[in-house]
This record gives sequence, structure tokens and C-alpha cells, in this order.
Amino acid sequence: MEVTRIPILQIENYLVASIQTALHDRAATQFRDDLLERIYETKAQGLILDLTAVDVVDSFLARLTGDIAEMAGLMGTTVVITGLQPEVAITLVELGVELKGVTTALNLEKGIAALRKMVGKEGANGTTG
Amino acid sequence: MTETIQLRVTTEADVYVAAHQVKALARQMGFNEADQTRVETVTSELARNIVLYAGEGTVKAQPVTRGRRRGLEIQALDHGPGIADIELAMKDGYTTSGGLGSGLGGAKRMMDEFHIESAPGQGTKVTATKWLNTQH
Repeated sequence: MEVTRIPILQIENYLVASIQTALHDRAATQFRDDLLERIYETKAQGLILDLTAVDVVDSFLARLTGDIAEMAGLMGTTVVITGLQPEVAITLVELGVELKGVTTALNLEKGIAALRKMVGKEGANGTTG
Repeated sequence: MTETIQLRVTTEADVYVAAHQVKALARQMGFNEADQTRVETVTSELARNIVLYAGEGTVKAQPVTRGRRRGLEIQALDHGPGIADIELAMKDGYTTSGGLGSGLGGAKRMMDEFHIESAPGQGTKVTATKWLNTQH
């Protein structure tokens, strides 16, 4: 079966991926692999995962999102999740999902602003720690 | 007007079909957005457990009444390996599949009633109900 590929766009030094479809497990794994490959190719400093169009996040999709953020983080990329719908935020908390170490922003614009801030700060502190 | 949903679940795609159909039923019944998403998420969770652990099973959803209350009952049934320790399976952080381990406990928190009947080798039956017009 053909797996739906999620487009990964580049803005400045950041990658933006907007999840538009219900992410089946196989498509989800493909998406994760594509993303990490693109991060490697582009040396992107930041990644925005936009969930505006996602209306249901069960514990498995939540885990995937957390995994992607953690893996991208290991590669040195700062991850911001944007566009969580109110209902999705409610169910994530009720499920007991903790997206540890993941920054969130209300929308894409605020997400980019957050990335600029964080990446800039990290750059300045790069030699310490 | 509202009817019973009954779906055979064997693949990931079936999980999404079930979740979306149950959400549509909840909308028809007059549940608010947050509750629609709760029953959708719970259906997704239960249907996915069927695919992951049993390989196949059935998801049913139907309007129910008790006294003056009206609600939506979701039932997930399979003849898979069953659950040895239900209490443990309901615990946050417990998983045997590499999932997040918050599925069943989280699903229970999102519903008003939640029952699991299961024994090793006997399959699993989960019945979950969300009542209309109750504050969560």
C-alpha cells in the first residue's frame, strides 16, 4: 500500500511540517524517518510540527510526536509544536500525556518567533555548558 | 435518527474510521466539541488496542438511556489474548506494546463509566459510557 508522505517545507533555517491527515502508523513512521533525514540534509536549526488540522491525538500519536521531538532534539534541532486545538489539548492532559521538553506555541507565526528566540539564545550560549 | 455503529476492526485504517464514525454519532446526539473529541479519542484508543493485541475485533457504539439520562456507549470486543492483570493495565505508564502506556487509564478518565471484562485467553470486552449534559 502506498504510504501518504507529509510535505516538509523549509522557511529560513527551519523546517515546517503540517500534519493534515489522520496519521496511520506506517505513514507516521515514514514521516518520522523523512523528517530526521531532512534535518540531517538541511542542518535545520529548528523544526515546527504543526498540528492545526489534527482533531484527535490518542496515546500512540502522542508518543510519536514526543519521539520525533526527542530524536530531532538529539540531532541538535529545537522543536516547537504549534496549532494544538483546544479539544486536543484537553484530551492530551486527560490521557496523562506529558510532552517533556517540547515547546508549544499557539500558531505557526508564534512558533517561528519562539524558534528565533530559542535558537538565537542557544547560539549565544553555545560555548558554555 | 441516530443509529448503532458496528464495525469490524483489523487495520490501522479501521481505527480511524471507527473513531470518526463514533465522533459523528456523538455530534448527532448533541455532545459538545470537547466530549466529541473525548469519545473519538477513547474509540481510537480501544480500537487500536484491538489491532495491536488481538489482531481483530469489533467496535460498537450506540445511544443508551438510563432513567432520564441519555448517553453514548462504546463497546470494544475481541477474542485476543486477554488481560491478565486489569488493574495493572489501567495504570499510567504501563504498556506491553511500546505505546505510551496511558491509553486505558486515560480513556477511563475521559469517560463517565468504564468497565473491562477480560481474562487470559478469553478475549477482552471494554464498555465505556459518556452521559450527555454531565459536567466532566
